Amino acid sequence: MGGRKLCPNEKLDVREILRDLEHYRPRRRGWTWREKLPPGTSLGSFEYRQISRPLEQSVPLPAAKHFGGIDPQPEMVVTTEIASGRFEDDIRRMRMAAWHGADHIMVIRTTGQSHFDGLIEGTPEGVGGVPITRKQVRATRKALDLIEDEVGRPINFHSYVSGVAGPEIAVLFAEEGVNGAHQDPQYNVLYRNVNMYRSFVDAAVAKTLMQWAGMAQIDGAHNANATAREAWKVMPELMVQHAINCAYSVKVGMAKENICLSTVPPTAPPAPEMRLDLPYAVALRRLFAGYRFRAQMNTKYIESSTREATVTHALNLMLSRLTSADIQSTITPDEGRNVPWHYNNIAALDTAKQVLVGLDGLRNMVKLDDSPEGELERKVREITERAVLFLEEILDVGGYFEAVRRGFFVDSGMYPERNGDGIARDPEGGVAAGTIVPRDPDYMAPVCAHFGENHLPEGTRADRPCNLIGGCTLCNPEKIVYIDELDPTDNVESRLAVLEAGPPGVVYPEVEWAQDRVVTITMFWPLDEARAEAAALETARRLGLEEPKAIHKEVMHPAEGTLVEVKGRVPFGIELASLKLPEEQKTLSPDEIRRFVKDRGVKVVAATVGQDEHSVGLREILDIKHGGIEGFGIECHYLGTSCPVEKLVNAAIEVGADAILISTIITHADVHRMNMKKLADLCVEKGIRDKVLLVAGGTQVTWDIAVESGMDAGFGRGTRGIDVASFLVRKLREKEAGAGTGTGPGAGAGEGEGAGAGARARGGTDTGADAGAEPGVGAAR
Amino acid sequence: MMRPDDFEERRRHLAGMSDEELARYFWELADRVVQPLVDLARTHTSPSIERSVLLRMGFSSLEAKAIVDKCVEKGLLGKGAGHVVWKLASARGMSVREAGVALAEGRMWDEVAGLFGAGR
Repeated sequence: MGGRKLCPNEKLDVREILRDLEHYRPRRRGWTWREKLPPGTSLGSFEYRQISRPLEQSVPLPAAKHFGGIDPQPEMVVTTEIASGRFEDDIRRMRMAAWHGADHIMVIRTTGQSHFDGLIEGTPEGVGGVPITRKQVRATRKALDLIEDEVGRPINFHSYVSGVAGPEIAVLFAEEGVNGAHQDPQYNVLYRNVNMYRSFVDAAVAKTLMQWAGMAQIDGAHNANATAREAWKVMPELMVQHAINCAYSVKVGMAKENICLSTVPPTAPPAPEMRLDLPYAVALRRLFAGYRFRAQMNTKYIESSTREATVTHALNLMLSRLTSADIQSTITPDEGRNVPWHYNNIAALDTAKQVLVGLDGLRNMVKLDDSPEGELERKVREITERAVLFLEEILDVGGYFEAVRRGFFVDSGMYPERNGDGIARDPEGGVAAGTIVPRDPDYMAPVCAHFGENHLPEGTRADRPCNLIGGCTLCNPEKIVYIDELDPTDNVESRLAVLEAGPPGVVYPEVEWAQDRVVTITMFWPLDEARAEAAALETARRLGLEEPKAIHKEVMHPAEGTLVEVKGRVPFGIELASLKLPEEQKTLSPDEIRRFVKDRGVKVVAATVGQDEHSVGLREILDIKHGGIEGFGIECHYLGTSCPVEKLVNAAIEVGADAILISTIITHADVHRMNMKKLADLCVEKGIRDKVLLVAGGTQVTWDIAVESGMDAGFGRGTRGIDVASFLVRKLREKEAGAGTGTGPGAGAGEGEGAGAGARARGGTDTGADAGAEPGVGAAR
Repeated sequence: MMRPDDFEERRRHLAGMSDEELARYFWELADRVVQPLVDLARTHTSPSIERSVLLRMGFSSLEAKAIVDKCVEKGLLGKGAGHVVWKLASARGMSVREAGVALAEGRMWDEVAGLFGAGR
């Protein structure tokens, strides 16, 4: 039933997920927190104070390669929100997200589901989210079960128990192993205009079901922040909204530790964000001690600049570290310009991991000022008092419903200031008005996890009302009725059929959905904003992009220039078989290299050439302590940085080197190419070209560039000592075998790397053996 | 409603409270705000709640909707839709599933009305 295990080299098979879904059962229910490691736990060279058990498989931060590849995971659960509209695309993104540290996957619902009076079935396509249905939930849970096995950490699956079908959705989620949900009747009332009586009556049953399933509940207060005209002024109201949902939830039987406040830092730069948001965060954590905190990121002030959004979110993370968070939400940096794209979910997750780990243990060194007269404490007190006054006035006017009718909520005034722009709702109006009915004196519901008056026949156990019917679906999951599809065309099968109808072996770029073909290009134009945009769009059109659209513009100077990002669809796919891959450099085993070096002896001279003072890259290739080639017994003569090519060649002659290794870092005007050519030419001139292997390395260097410039090999970013050592050994071995048969220095071309030239149909411009056979040829191409 | 910020005036009665007292007062007020809402929920039901009962009894979403729509039409929602199905099943010696399917198909509603004394 569990499905085939995922293999990191293989794509998630949507068909496999869909197979036999009818019989799939979730392996657990309820929320899972991360397994925190004791403060002081070591990882790599460091001690951490706030980390959790590492993942078994993950993608670490880019800089991790300088730190032994460690991937410390913060102690808090980290959320990503996924909302493409097609669950089959969402589950692939969930897998990528899990590898980057997400263990709370929040699935956004399709627009309009909150007004759908009942459950939706099947897998219709959504807008701005997916229709939440049993099949979608079950398929997603099944995929997440496979994904959590792959990364080695439980993943919490989350969606929304709101709208006019809340109790039904809650049953569905409890049955299908959904681990967390938004549930806040105020959200329905204020933002979805659901009738307020209906909303609260439904909420009590929904919450009872969530409690039964051990789900984490997240409230909806953060929406007031996103909606209010001046978001930083709603802080007292936010506390009131949190309090109403918390108190209501506790009264209907929910455990405090399952109730999470969705709190968001209300403002963003250019406001003095920390000084406004920190007192609010502190006040909230004090007043709501015992509840959990889900730290949301600011969405209100996101524009199209992903850089700006990322900085705001880094500040939000700082706030989480200065106070606390149990769940850290992430918002994609492109939220201000489109429905989030695959890689922006990952960007947001990496931002969270990077900042949280970077601020690990901050509070051990930095303390908040708690002196009563300090600015922080004064503000904390003031916000709290304002919230108390808000509650007082709700009671004064006759209670919650009347307060909503009078537009108390989402008013942009800092309470008790009122600006008269709140959201007012009629208690007798809204969606599903007039649909609640009083329970009769003989009202009865023969099921578990029900809330409210329930007049069970005498003799029925109050804790097992479903004994009356031989068990409910919560106690007997085999009673659950699974509906596959209701719509014969709008479903996952027909979408997959369209994808599969395309030519086989052709791939397309994508940002959101399989084969959406969307790409972006970033351009700087030395023009004013309007003309820069026009020029960028025209460029995209001439490049053949379909439906080009500017998704971001930023003025560098009114006259000097504008940055424009344009998206568009590429009109073609790429035939996989036609792809030319760079020569794969298979490494030899360390033992094999050592044996060869020991028997034969290998000497190299090495230096950073030109006007270049960088030494890091080359030292890593050479030094024994960095896993460099010295470690295999290779004799290295390192001549330092800014070394003239002549000096290198002379040194090579003097020591009788088998190879010259040069490093050349990012250069403009192609200085790195010129240095390579110069080295090759000088070796020819001195008559040693056939005696030495020439190897170039550097961040800008590619195999092709190096070979074109007369080298035998070129190594770029991410090269390790063993890669270079393997090349040297293989090449020397080959050369000597060639020399033995008497066919001259060119013999190598027929075997080893040289053979690849024909086999890979690469036009013969790139293999080391070809170029080495005839110095200068590469340069002529 | 428009109102200038009269915080300084309004807060006078709070000024003497300690932080702990203020927090306790905050939660007292919150409890008083939500109590009537909880009472409303305890004593009322809705179509969604009743469909959720039927789902838990092992009916599909389509069956649940059909049964609840009829309950609303016949004024029986206040009895509980699950109650309606259970009562029919008990009275006729049918399984709960058989009774519910019959009702979802629009059958046996007259009988149900009789069982509950002609509804409301």
